[in-house]
Amino acid sequence: MNTPTPPLARRRSGRLVAGVAGGVADHLGLPVTWVRAAFIALAAMWWAGALAYGLLWVFVKQEAADVERTTPQRERQQALGLAALGVAAALTAAALGNDLIGWIVGPLGVAAVGAAVVWREADEAQRRRWTGTGGRNALWRTVAGAVFVAAGIAVFLFGQLQLGQVQFALLAVLVTLLGVGVLTVPWWVRLVRELTEERRERIVETERAEIAAHLHDSVLQTLALIQRQSDQPREVARLARGQERELRSWLYGAGGYGRSTGAALDEGLTAALAAAAAEVEDTYAVTVAPVVVGADRPLDDHLRALVLAGREAMVNAAKHAGVAEVSVYCEVEDDEVNLFVRDRGAGFDPDDVPEDRHGLADSVHGRMERHGGTVRLRSTPGEGTEVHLAMRVRTHEEAAT
Amino acid sequence: MTEPDDQKIIKVFLVDDHALFRSGVRAELDRAVPDVTVVGEAGSVDEAVAAIRHHRPDVVLLDVHMPDGGGAEVLRQLRPELPDVVFLALSVSDAAEDVIAVIRAGARGYVTKTISGRELADAVRRVHAGDPVFSPRLAGFVLDVFSQKPGAAPPGDPELDLLTRRERDVLRLLARGYAYKEIAGELFISVKTVETHVSSVLRKTQLSNRYELSRWASDRRLV
Repeated sequence: MNTPTPPLARRRSGRLVAGVAGGVADHLGLPVTWVRAAFIALAAMWWAGALAYGLLWVFVKQEAADVERTTPQRERQQALGLAALGVAAALTAAALGNDLIGWIVGPLGVAAVGAAVVWREADEAQRRRWTGTGGRNALWRTVAGAVFVAAGIAVFLFGQLQLGQVQFALLAVLVTLLGVGVLTVPWWVRLVRELTEERRERIVETERAEIAAHLHDSVLQTLALIQRQSDQPREVARLARGQERELRSWLYGAGGYGRSTGAALDEGLTAALAAAAAEVEDTYAVTVAPVVVGADRPLDDHLRALVLAGREAMVNAAKHAGVAEVSVYCEVEDDEVNLFVRDRGAGFDPDDVPEDRHGLADSVHGRMERHGGTVRLRSTPGEGTEVHLAMRVRTHEEAAT
Repeated sequence: MTEPDDQKIIKVFLVDDHALFRSGVRAELDRAVPDVTVVGEAGSVDEAVAAIRHHRPDVVLLDVHMPDGGGAEVLRQLRPELPDVVFLALSVSDAAEDVIAVIRAGARGYVTKTISGRELADAVRRVHAGDPVFSPRLAGFVLDVFSQKPGAAPPGDPELDLLTRRERDVLRLLARGYAYKEIAGELFISVKTVETHVSSVLRKTQLSNRYELSRWASDRRLV
């Protein structure tokens, strides 16, 4: 595999004007001289190269850090030669060509050079914020650039137009505004970038604070409790389990931290089952591992009965099976919900259950039958028990009648 | 590869960014299980890639969540190069997209970190022998990913993307907490057949790119 393409960023070191050509060359993996030559060739065609260069300059970010590049003297001379060649080509084209090119190259060309000087200075200023050097030269260059721009625009205005006083004044104001705009573009761009950066940092900071607050309220408190009760393993396990569950639902649960804050179904089947499993976990100190497949749906009376019956089955497993883990599997289909509660515990013979035990009879069988559901019980002594609860789901029309 | 190698010691490599967890697993495996030995451990993706290249373990226990790319990244870098090394995802994560991503990158199974040392050793033996290992939760994830209604699925190669009825039955029982042996008894098939079905589910999960599984799973907010 080849090395990944570096993102497009202007070079900070070893540049002639703004580092655009170097950046493009790094991005495309071409020799920088080729890219420069391409810009020059394009510049001879109605200044397309110069325009492209300018736009890239404004919109492409400079490299983040100072990458040390050694630019050979020869390459530097080559680049200068190419730039001169470009200017010469453009001027020749202007001399040979029509008026349009003539007046672009003339005063507006001067203005463009001025703008380039100022922009380059702005880039330098950005760079100096890290290195911490500055000086009067910078000011001089900026002023010189501004003078160039002003002169170019003025010549353009005087040379090309014969207008009345009012029109002239209006145009002068307009062109001045334009000039100021052109000169301040780099600062605007930088301002916008810094604002975006700052907003991003603020968002990250808020999130960090929220996470810290939550961890403090939950995990740290629980850990403190665990340390104080470390001699009671049962209690420690209970605390740890409860905390794990809480943190999990915060991280991964519906509407949890890692999700977009979509419509979390508070009274959904999934949440109700999870709550039931959590209660049994806490009360009987066993692990209840629920797996839910299918889309969540809101609870109605029938599904609530299913959850309650399922909870009773979990309680039975926790109390009588004598195991540390109960599996719960719920499959939500379009027309039916199936719930399996299973343990690998002692098991029993259903025929041997004494008449006076009401848990299974009333809480599971009775409840399911009243709501039109079915119960299937399979238990083998020594191998465990599985309770299968099935509830048909009513559509809205059926529920309404 | 197919001969029973009861006598051979299985070399295991641990990848997890929590040193405490690594030392816990190492202690449990080294102490209690004679035929499994931990040959090395790593706490980051780069470290893991270099060390696994060097140690050539039989089985890699791979954490799903790590700061610099996670288990999927390790798999991406090493799978083509080391086809003989088997990866088993060992995760605390409950997010379907994380787990499915690692499975699709080529892990041969997935178990949760609450697993006991004995069960973990058993899982290591099974993946080493070439059989996939699914926890009930992973079976649930996979069922959910493949249970799209026929109308909603984009048209494509049905043999590749849809589970057969039998595979679905096997997965359902897995999700209900059955062991492979119990599934075999329940469906009146051999354990080997169960393993074959689970293998083909794993293959389909790895090959099924068209569904954008992880996005789908997160859209449904699977827990």
